[in-house]
Amino acid sequence: MATAKNKKNRYWWKVLCVVLLVYAVAGGLLVKIPDLPALEETSRNLFYHVAMWMAMMTLFTVSVVNSIRYLRTFNLKYDIYAKQYANVGILFGLLGYGTGAIWMSYTWADPNNPTFDSFESVAREPKLIGAATALLIYAAYLVLRDSITDMDKRARTAAVYNIFAFAMLFPTIWIVPRLLPSLHPGQDGNPAMNFKDVSSDMRKVQLPAYIGWTLLGVWITTLKIRYNLLKEKNMLS
Amino acid sequence: MRQQYSFYGILLYIGATIFVLFLAIQEPEGKVWNGLFWTIQLFVCINAVAKSFLQESRQRMLYFYSIASPADFVLAKLLFNALLMLAMSLTALLLFRLFLGNPIERVWAFTGLVLLGGLSLSLVFTFLAAIAAKAQQNAAIMAILGFPLIVPQLLVLMKLSNAAFNPILTMHTSHVLLLLALDAMIILLAVILFPFLWKD
Repeated sequence: MATAKNKKNRYWWKVLCVVLLVYAVAGGLLVKIPDLPALEETSRNLFYHVAMWMAMMTLFTVSVVNSIRYLRTFNLKYDIYAKQYANVGILFGLLGYGTGAIWMSYTWADPNNPTFDSFESVAREPKLIGAATALLIYAAYLVLRDSITDMDKRARTAAVYNIFAFAMLFPTIWIVPRLLPSLHPGQDGNPAMNFKDVSSDMRKVQLPAYIGWTLLGVWITTLKIRYNLLKEKNMLS
Repeated sequence: MRQQYSFYGILLYIGATIFVLFLAIQEPEGKVWNGLFWTIQLFVCINAVAKSFLQESRQRMLYFYSIASPADFVLAKLLFNALLMLAMSLTALLLFRLFLGNPIERVWAFTGLVLLGGLSLSLVFTFLAAIAAKAQQNAAIMAILGFPLIVPQLLVLMKLSNAAFNPILTMHTSHVLLLLALDAMIILLAVILFPFLWKD
């Protein structure tokens, strides 16, 4: 009886994730959008673009927490956790970049100039530089891991780099882009957390979408972790 | 100074690079001057600082391990590399002004920025060299780890130093403070995290 109850408890957030995502996708298409010049219907991308970055930040944060746990306990399990959370975080970062690129090509790009030709001027955007740098930092994390063969040494070095990289991530994506002139919304303050910028109808979809996508990211990661724990079973025991 | 040849090697590296630049472009305008200067600084730093951990032999590391605590050791490394990089930065600045003309409007402010930039670069790369020393092919790993991590600091430095070429722009004290805060954070992290790299 007790185990059955435990099992039930473990699944509730997956159900919540599916419910929230179904609600967010359907609501994202149906909700009334304020008709703003240049933005128009593209503001629906808010539910995807910002949600991807939220999920990415959450996953990277969990990754760094696991790195700290590894350095405290030297249990290789946490090393696998940290690696997989960083992996899926990169995936969501790429998705955030992709959704941003689509959004940008409808709002920023010069209509008389194809997106590809105006790339050079758009790529100077500080927030794009920040996001690209953040992804490169984590790509370097994966390269560093692959370059060390000894398991314990790899786990230790990677954990140290992960903590250092996370500390440097803050200036990269939160501070420095705000010091430079930018087209991106949210020049002063945090654009993702500023719910006042958004109409009340959109707000009803916004938060569920963020939580839903973040939960999906965690769900994917837990599956990858379980697979990798099975693969490394004889190493860990 | 045990490895004098590597010190002179870096000096030669700076001299040769700037001389090549001098042959390629005579009197660049402010923006180009600035961009070239920081790029050269970045590469000089990688060459100067990478050596500090990568060239130490296993036996010598063991010797250090037996006589010093990890925090002292990493602080000594940071201090040495910072001083080295400050000297190199001043040399590079002098040679740049000698060979490539002098478009700087605010000389003292720019000199201060060069010193601050040299300090920031050396701190980041010293710690990364300690990490890279654990990996195979560590010179390549060093570049892969270092370039993304140094981007935010370089962006702020370039923005600040652009103001040194143009009297209309102002330098924000808050940006300088941000760089100093980052440096302090790096030192703190190095002291906390280095002991984990040390045990081998």
